[in-house]
Amino acid sequence: MSSYYQPEIETMPRDGLQALQLERLKALVAYVYERIPFYREAFDAAGVKPSDINALDDLSKLPFTAKQDLRDAYPFKMFAVGRDDVVRIHASSGTTGNATVVGYTQNDLKNWGDCFGRFLVAAGATTESVVQVAYGYGLFTGGLGAHQGAEAVGCTVVPMSSGNTKRQVQFMKDFDTDILCCTPSYALLIADTALEEGFTPATDFKISAAVLGAEPCSEGMRQEIQTKLGLKMLDIYGLSEVMGPGVACECGCQKGLHVCEDHFIVEIVDPDTLEPVPDGTWGEAVFTTLTKECSPLIRYRTRDITRIIEGTCECGRSFRRIDRITGRTDDMLIIRGVNVFPSQIEEVITKFDEITAQYQIVLSSKGPLDHVELLVETVPEYPFDEVRRLEALRKRLAAELKSNLQVSIEVRIVEPKTIVRSEGKAKRILDLRERG
Amino acid sequence: MISQLTVFIENQKGHLAKVCRTVADANINMRALFLADTEDFGIARIFCDRPADAALALKDAGYRAKVIDVLGVRVPDREGGLAELLELLDKHGVNVEYGYCFSLERDYAIDVLKIDDESVEATLIEAGYSLVSDEELYQA
Repeated sequence: MSSYYQPEIETMPRDGLQALQLERLKALVAYVYERIPFYREAFDAAGVKPSDINALDDLSKLPFTAKQDLRDAYPFKMFAVGRDDVVRIHASSGTTGNATVVGYTQNDLKNWGDCFGRFLVAAGATTESVVQVAYGYGLFTGGLGAHQGAEAVGCTVVPMSSGNTKRQVQFMKDFDTDILCCTPSYALLIADTALEEGFTPATDFKISAAVLGAEPCSEGMRQEIQTKLGLKMLDIYGLSEVMGPGVACECGCQKGLHVCEDHFIVEIVDPDTLEPVPDGTWGEAVFTTLTKECSPLIRYRTRDITRIIEGTCECGRSFRRIDRITGRTDDMLIIRGVNVFPSQIEEVITKFDEITAQYQIVLSSKGPLDHVELLVETVPEYPFDEVRRLEALRKRLAAELKSNLQVSIEVRIVEPKTIVRSEGKAKRILDLRERG
Repeated sequence: MISQLTVFIENQKGHLAKVCRTVADANINMRALFLADTEDFGIARIFCDRPADAALALKDAGYRAKVIDVLGVRVPDREGGLAELLELLDKHGVNVEYGYCFSLERDYAIDVLKIDDESVEATLIEAGYSLVSDEELYQA
């Protein structure tokens, strides 16, 4: 039922694939030990040498890499190659502390394009296809990752980037777009805009597939996107630290995301004990990159919660599958495709003398879209006597948040006791979003 | 000027009741209450005996409560009574943030106004208005 982009790899028998992984893993540990001081120190501290890695199971002897390690390495301390070999840099939002910087060599970009390309082909892409990329282009890996994947397959790329939604709709229709790549929430906005403009994209538009990622997507949202646009949606996963979108993705079966195991080893660990959990058990996804030249990673803790889906997939791909990401272990919020740290919100709040540092973020689903409400309190001495003044304060805070975070947040001023005080780690986020 | 107790209340079921209960539990009697409400919150403006004590009790219970100075003017209970007062304030360039009326006696109403210029009090007295003081109000 499915065609492949690299059939010899995507359908490689498991034993051959594991042999390839082991060979690459052994080369990787020697490579990072030699080239990245952070790993040399970490290996030495753990009392493990590259020569100790002789089987895939030996991976568990190696230390983990955490997001903070990458922040501490800002900007280029984790690069394994010299500047002349680095052809691209991406960075994840780092408003809190340092950004996480990832570099790519020519080979890294090629492998990335191949990974993404595999799933465009799984979505039905051919050299004839028009791929509309409505992810943001820039330091964020979404836009350029999808772009590269589409180019690798030989599609016609329409590099729209995000925004200008009416034009997205117009081009989708006029260019006969076959495949859309963006975040699920943006795909839905495009669909709704098309409907508002009087189109019936499900029947009027040629579009047949969407490869959507960078934020969790509930099954309900998937169904809505599929129905409104008349297409099949594949959920793609990736994170800039590991590569970008394309680390794993659904095939046409939509029964889990195949991990590109020739380039990555996935482990699922208990986030508290860090011990690997059995297949089928939920835990934190941990990735080891097998082929990356510039920014290789050993056992990178993603903080994304998923599980291994047991068994083989009907599509014929031998890559194991992970389940849809259900959440993150840390506090980073992905709101309508935008990364938001509570500390960024806190930063804005603290600029307002009228507002206390007590706040709570309430996430809920208003229809299929995320709705964000920020509860704040005025300081005791604030003259709250006048409605107009309070409304003005509320609006000013909302505008400041919008301009800082690029996402709309509804501000609600509440009574002091509404926000529960905590003696330990404050519960800043109340996530009431429905998980489909 | 007279002391008005102001309480910030979320616009949610039961919240006003809790505020009133807190005031009552402090053995404070409310004489009048006015609500300004928006979709999310309301501001209760209350006249009660011992407004400062009430504010303390409410603060202890976790509310934002404050005692605010407002202008209290006796206005004859007849057509045009309030209009004339407001026109006079307007003539003197005094902005009224909010206002409301209540009546404790038969012949006149008490108009309560939050204004941005307290110096207008003298002008009002000159024009023949009788201003209400805390003493009168809370002993009435």
